[in-house]
Amino acid sequence: MSHALSLRGLTKRYGAFVAVDDVSLEVAAGAFLTLLGPSGSGKTTILMAIAGFLSPDAGTILLDGRDITPLPPERRDFGMVFQGYALFPHMTVAENIAFPLRVRKLGRAERDAKVRAALDLVQLTGLSDRRPMQLSGGQQQRVALARALVFDPALLLLDEPLSALDKKLRAELQEELRALHRRVGRTFVNVTHDQDEALSLSDQVAILNHGRLIQAGAPAALYERPATRFVADFLGKSNFFTAVAEGGRLHVGGIVLAQRDAPPSGAVLLSLRPEKIALLADGQSAANVAEGRILSWQYLGAGFSLVVDTPLGPLRATLPSWRAPIAPAAGLAVRLGWAADAAVAVIEDAA
Amino acid sequence: MRRDAGWWALIAPAFLLLTLVYIAPILQVLAISVLEPSPGLSNYERLFTSESVQRVIVTTLRICTITTAIALGLGYVLAYVIAMASEAARRWWLLAVLVPLWISVLVRAFAWVTLLRRQGVINQGLMGAGIIEEPLALVWNETGIVIGMVHYMVPYAVLPMLAAMREIDPRLLTAARGMGASRGTVFGRVFLPLSLPGVIASGVLVFIFSLGFYITPAILGGGRTLMVAEWIKLQILDLIRWGLGAMMATMLVIAILATLAIFARVVNLRRLFGGGA
Repeated sequence: MSHALSLRGLTKRYGAFVAVDDVSLEVAAGAFLTLLGPSGSGKTTILMAIAGFLSPDAGTILLDGRDITPLPPERRDFGMVFQGYALFPHMTVAENIAFPLRVRKLGRAERDAKVRAALDLVQLTGLSDRRPMQLSGGQQQRVALARALVFDPALLLLDEPLSALDKKLRAELQEELRALHRRVGRTFVNVTHDQDEALSLSDQVAILNHGRLIQAGAPAALYERPATRFVADFLGKSNFFTAVAEGGRLHVGGIVLAQRDAPPSGAVLLSLRPEKIALLADGQSAANVAEGRILSWQYLGAGFSLVVDTPLGPLRATLPSWRAPIAPAAGLAVRLGWAADAAVAVIEDAA
Repeated sequence: MRRDAGWWALIAPAFLLLTLVYIAPILQVLAISVLEPSPGLSNYERLFTSESVQRVIVTTLRICTITTAIALGLGYVLAYVIAMASEAARRWWLLAVLVPLWISVLVRAFAWVTLLRRQGVINQGLMGAGIIEEPLALVWNETGIVIGMVHYMVPYAVLPMLAAMREIDPRLLTAARGMGASRGTVFGRVFLPLSLPGVIASGVLVFIFSLGFYITPAILGGGRTLMVAEWIKLQILDLIRWGLGAMMATMLVIAILATLAIFARVVNLRRLFGGGA
């Protein structure tokens, strides 16, 4: 049984500071939603309001259409994985996982069976008598997950669940978390500032900044069609340039651009991902071509990152390093090309 | 080797000083207890034969136990409130707890006498309000001693418990609530067990302090209820029975060491006495 969650006009103020500003979101039953934003964007505040640890100043939180805003956290029946896991140090792994069952006054036999099932679910069988201090970070994270899932919660809330782990382990656990979500089929709400984690884990990402919801949608939709400069910049990297439409043509830096869905007039801010810019060989052409010299370059293993000084301003482009057609060097003249549908019109964020 | 010798030379003055002013007198006390008035264990025999010696010991243990229990109870509530208070409020609370420590124990004992005596504020107030007809015997007995000692001990009970409580990650309490536990369950199953080392530390500290208490029991007990320290003073200064006094002093030291030894198994003593964690 999974449940749908909706937030309607959620607002939280701390004095004059607006931590969450009129956020509305719909999370489908069984979906994996990630709230993504830089620190101070209000993402954790929203999670804490969903969990019931703080009450919003305005707005409602609905679970399957039922208003749960006034309920205290212990009556919401939500599982939560805390930042730093918050495992009880004076209890064993099994006692930690049994805690939510114990407060629900389950019988011993049923409790033991559920704890065992939860340990199996997160592949920690055999560690039930250890103390949290005796476990590695990844194991602690799994105990926290088991403890949050053992009582079949309506919703699983995750507060930066992977931030304490090193990069390799984080990637491993991302896959596991994704698999776990498929296995238990519940609604997950995750909070992170890590864009890779948001893109790889979620069905749905909500991007927040300064307490406001900037854009929500499927990861690919957000990446390919960012609505604002902030979204394009926060999810991945992007080049920005302002083009001016005049007489049905788009100009920038003395170049006429071929741009799909270009506005008939006025200025337009375009976002162009570095990986959508190709290095053109002699005689090769593209819908848009910009010539320039390499200002700086970086070797990144899988590819090169070039910054090329063009009439549009400095453009960042990536180039696969395997059999690269050029050897990057500062001052080298190159031709860059991109398709008419590569750049996306975005709007400047309100300050 | 030479380096080690250098370090020892640095420690030597402190070591000598401690030996001279601390360990030597204690050894001398131990010696007196078996040498005076005549060599032998006659003084220690009194532990088993003398009713007055036994009464003093029992009284002392009873008062210390009651004092420790009450000081821990009051101290726990105070420490809990302080631990949960905001940063600004916590500073004021701590100041309020610590201020009594800066006032002479003598002044405090006499202050309690004036409050608790038959014509004192408390008895007059209660009688004026018609709650009691006769003044209560609040001082010059065990009640008075316990009141005075609890007042002295509460800060010592608060500080170790507060330290233990502040080490508890507040997220654990939030997490427990989030998993469906009521406030009461969170306290009983998470907060209390995690603060228990602090409670034990406070208990040991207060109990040991109480065992050798002298001024407060002497003034608030009015000479009628004797605790060990006052009894020792009586033997040595008034009755000139050095051997008996020294025997009891030795017993006091042994009792303190025994208490420490027992609880060393339960709590980390180095932490209790302010050493590194």
